[in-house]
Amino acid sequence: MTFHHAENMYVPVPATIKNVVQLTPIENVFTIALDNGKPLGHKPGQFVEISVFGIGEAPISVTSSPSRSNGTFELGIRKVGDVTGAMHGLNAGAKIGIRGPFGTSFPVDEMKGKDVCVVAGGCGLFPARSVINEVVDNRKDYNRVIILYGTRSPGDRLFVEELADWHIREEIEFYETVDRAEATEENSLACWSGNVGVITTLFPKVELDPAKTYPIVVGPPIMYKFVLKELEKKNIPHEQIFMSLERRMKCGVGKCGHCQINGLYSCQSGPVFRYSDIRHLKEAL
Amino acid sequence: MKLMIIDAPSLNAFVDKLIGAHPVMGVRQHNGDGKHFTFARLSDAKELRLDYGVTVQSPKKFFSPQKEILLHFKRADSQAEAARLDAAPFVLIGVHPYDMVAINQLDRVMREGNPDEQYLKRREAAIIIGVDPVNVGERAFWGSMGTWEVSEGYDVWLTDIGGKFVVETATLKGEEVVSKFASTKGASADDARKREEVRAKLQKLGTTTDVKFKPEELPGLLRGNFEHPIWDEKAQKCYSCGSCNLVCPTCYCFDVQDHVDICLTQGTRYRIWDGCLLEEFAIVAGGENFREHRQQRYRHRLFRKGLYLYDKVGDIACVGCGRCATACLPDIADPVDVYNILKEGK
Repeated sequence: MTFHHAENMYVPVPATIKNVVQLTPIENVFTIALDNGKPLGHKPGQFVEISVFGIGEAPISVTSSPSRSNGTFELGIRKVGDVTGAMHGLNAGAKIGIRGPFGTSFPVDEMKGKDVCVVAGGCGLFPARSVINEVVDNRKDYNRVIILYGTRSPGDRLFVEELADWHIREEIEFYETVDRAEATEENSLACWSGNVGVITTLFPKVELDPAKTYPIVVGPPIMYKFVLKELEKKNIPHEQIFMSLERRMKCGVGKCGHCQINGLYSCQSGPVFRYSDIRHLKEAL
Repeated sequence: MKLMIIDAPSLNAFVDKLIGAHPVMGVRQHNGDGKHFTFARLSDAKELRLDYGVTVQSPKKFFSPQKEILLHFKRADSQAEAARLDAAPFVLIGVHPYDMVAINQLDRVMREGNPDEQYLKRREAAIIIGVDPVNVGERAFWGSMGTWEVSEGYDVWLTDIGGKFVVETATLKGEEVVSKFASTKGASADDARKREEVRAKLQKLGTTTDVKFKPEELPGLLRGNFEHPIWDEKAQKCYSCGSCNLVCPTCYCFDVQDHVDICLTQGTRYRIWDGCLLEEFAIVAGGENFREHRQQRYRHRLFRKGLYLYDKVGDIACVGCGRCATACLPDIADPVDVYNILKEGK
């Protein structure tokens, strides 16, 4: 078994938070190293179970790419529940527990020589970034690299320096949108000159070759069916569409039952699914 | 397989000797009302009631306890250590065939993929003595689910042939306990024939209701009926209480929770039975609930029993014990009612 756990699969290994960077008021990126000195050994799209002992465990997708692992890995975490809230109270040097990596990954080999089209909504950029940077770091292996990214407002944009880099680089076709651009009380960063509208408004701007395009879709639950409609319009075969689906996960090892999508355990058969494999599943999308 | 005969007084003496050697979990009366039975630790062979119909809870609780510690942790350095498991041998006596089938299924799901060490250690520590039923639970339909007989998983099997029992030893463990603690004699051809006569009547005994479907038809019936009106109709009365999950011998979902000691520096992480009928079962942080409506949760359980676990491990996960039907306050949980309607195409 290749998972990182101590004596049995429910016991996490200790890890140390090496660095914390605030991305937005509710989203931080944590750089983490396992105390046993071993690399995590994940593939893009896989997740780990993080433990803040005394609070609990939560499944979090790894946001860093294996190409940039360097003995550490990064978790982008939105403060939204008990464990993620507790994580936001931790600083560099704090100890946490890690189990994993778990689950399926994005098809970085199958996509070689093809057009990669990442469609990320909100904090869906966290898992998507692991495959984006993997592809960007092995750029010559892929044909076009297209990124469509949508957030609620300009102040919700994650990794703004990396976004700026993607805009500059000619070998990346990067399109962004925000649901609303006007300044609000929570969001004063409203000098936005880009596209305004939900993520589907970006699709008319981009040409996709149905024979070669591999869309990777990650976002809030509501986003998938609308993005799929756009991909349908562009005649992308279902076998080429990949998506990461969020579910409640407790054990990560296919036992506890919480992550079931109909009969599939998404911690084992997912979180990354090929659309043609789950199209018939009523509870998937 | 070896058949022997034990008379009633010798069986009592056997159980008392077992009690002297190991913890013995057996069927005894619950609450003393004469109607309810439970698997619990025996202190005297006289407590054992092999004439019961069905127990309130299934014997799965001895392998997958309702609450069990997974690990101990220290908060300061996030060090965690697996719970030390006491897997001393114990005897489980009085298991009916349908419950044995359920245990065999749990064995498969716990072994499959990532093996669940805690479950498997407890399972290996058990010496199971099964018994052919002489009575039946009021909502049972195991006679229609093919679970009136079982061919594996047990160590010893008892069949009441009137005043005496045929003893079958099926494993080395079983042979050991019987030869060590029981006073038996060889079974005659007549005894073996009597056992077959008793067993031939079990299928009829185990069906108290009109079952219109065959178990092997369930995956197909369910596959085509995800949107059937029955789910909504039944779920209208559902309290989302999870009683059906609680008593089911094949339900094994669990939640994981942390408990911090009063010193706040250390604590335990434990797992606790969970149920897919409970409203919060599929909810994630942020509030998205992937089975928000009662109808979806109600349907999920019956799909899990008849289709999902069949796809996962090849088993129909309803053994026909009738416990969910008995436990459900508004009486909507009986799988027979639902599967009959699907079968009739109504």
